[in-house]
Amino acid sequence: MSVDVVDEKKRRFLVASTSVMGAVGAGFVAVPFLSSWSPSERAKNAGAPVEVNISALEEGRLMVVEWQSKPVWIVKRSAKTLSDLETLTDSLRDPNSENAAQQSSYAQNIYRSRKPEISVLVGICTHLGCSPTFRPEIAPADLGADWLGGFFCPCHSSKFDMAGRVFQGVPAPTNLSVPPHHYLSENVILIGNDGGAA
Amino acid sequence: MGKSLLGWIDDRFPLSKMWNEHLAEYYAPKNFNFWYFFGSLALLVLVIQIVSGIFLTMHYKPDAAHAFASVEYIMRDVPYGWLIRYIHSTGATAFFVVVYLHMLRALMYGSYKKPRELIWLFGMFIYLCLMAEAFMGYLLPWGQMSYWGAQVIISLFSAIPVIGDDLTLWIRGDFVIGDATLNRFFALHVIALPFVLVFLVIAHILALHEVGSNNPDGVEIKKHKDENGIPLDGIPFHPYYSVKDIVGVIVFLFFFATVMFYFPDGGGYMLEHANFIASDPLKTPEHIAPVWYFTPFYAILRAVPDKLMGVGAMGAAIVVLFFLPWIDRCKVKSIRYRSVIFKANLIVFCISFVVLGWLAMQPVTSVVTMLSRVFTFLYFAYFVVLFVTSKNEVTKPVPDRVTS
Repeated sequence: MSVDVVDEKKRRFLVASTSVMGAVGAGFVAVPFLSSWSPSERAKNAGAPVEVNISALEEGRLMVVEWQSKPVWIVKRSAKTLSDLETLTDSLRDPNSENAAQQSSYAQNIYRSRKPEISVLVGICTHLGCSPTFRPEIAPADLGADWLGGFFCPCHSSKFDMAGRVFQGVPAPTNLSVPPHHYLSENVILIGNDGGAA
Repeated sequence: MGKSLLGWIDDRFPLSKMWNEHLAEYYAPKNFNFWYFFGSLALLVLVIQIVSGIFLTMHYKPDAAHAFASVEYIMRDVPYGWLIRYIHSTGATAFFVVVYLHMLRALMYGSYKKPRELIWLFGMFIYLCLMAEAFMGYLLPWGQMSYWGAQVIISLFSAIPVIGDDLTLWIRGDFVIGDATLNRFFALHVIALPFVLVFLVIAHILALHEVGSNNPDGVEIKKHKDENGIPLDGIPFHPYYSVKDIVGVIVFLFFFATVMFYFPDGGGYMLEHANFIASDPLKTPEHIAPVWYFTPFYAILRAVPDKLMGVGAMGAAIVVLFFLPWIDRCKVKSIRYRSVIFKANLIVFCISFVVLGWLAMQPVTSVVTMLSRVFTFLYFAYFVVLFVTSKNEVTKPVPDRVTS
């Protein structure tokens, strides 16, 4: 054999093809590790719907229930609050709830609810996930004279009205989300299920 | 006997060679001052954190049902558990104090400049890694601040268009922060990130020893060597600077012990009061603020009234530091010989950083928001002004050799 001649071209090809195959292999090996970070089957199954009885809920009050480990608020609003909602249109980002991801069509109205007086919202700020505080009082010192009641996020001061609609000039980009829900009877709500009506 | 043992080892492992290259024959400039303590102190704190951390893992349980109670168990029932935990929590604060001063030194004396750009980049990655370590470590006690702080920081990723929501879901491993999140943060905090950190520290030091240390005059000591090739203005790191650094260590440990024994919660800025309440996914604490070392960036986030822009500004405040070696175009390294504009600019930058940190701890009012915007602007202005003015900066003559 003539041993002293090195075929550079062949060597380059072998080095390149080995490297590419190695990289592809490393990519495949990464899949199980990266996938292991996705929610487990147990976590996926944990989000069952929750039944809530609201017969004891008084007007102007808020109750918190847990659904998928998230706080869900149920507020009973007065007629005054409902009429106040109509006056806020100009100071809101999305007054008509046009962002379809934040509610189903049955809540795509000015009250963002199935029944005007009952508001059902996921109590997680759409900015960075804190749970806003319920501030139903009119014109408190820290929120200004034109505050008509709503939700205030203590983390980055996002403001929402009594229908969970976000005000302009705050960091939260969208309205609070309305969870899928429907009424099983006059006073019983099932949270986590639309009841067929989308 | 000792000599022959060393010879036996040296034939098989470069022990003497490494000792000489990095300590006994590593020539550092003879004019180091106060600001040159913080590199070796950072190394000391790293060791303190690793040792105290290992002992904490022996009693801590990374399980959402047991984590909070296991920390209380460490504090009350484990012999000296309280001390080991306070060493670790004080160490976190000490780490950032030392690293911030170390970085300020680099800004003053131009230590990030050619040929030390890679040292700076490794250093910035260390800083990034350290922030991730601190953030993940803070989730482990599973108190209210742990929980809601992590909720906010992880939600930062949801600002990324299109993939944001899926990305946060993937990071959490559940629809909310839960056991899966806690367990993986524990794994990252105790093994993955420390591993990366140690690797980066080694790279940082190897790069430093390759090009040699900068000094308060910002002149290269390698330009003037004696007949043996040793820099005329250099002295061996060991024993000269190893002994000097021991003095620094003693003073540092004095402060460290004072904080650890008398102010372990740092007035609520190191261990926040709300974190002594177990995490509650249904209720955010009234006033939420990060631990002190993250506050300047948090203030920038809060200053911008838009989610994506706010997160972007906060990220940019850190990313821009990586580019410092190329933003600063002035050939003169040390602040001693640079223009008044540079000095004023750096002072404004430092003030902005501190004021932003303070602002982030205040409840939001319109005044706080307005001030946050002003100082956010000044923070970024540093880099713009530096880039514009450094090209043709009027500097003082730089001495040929270091001054004493």
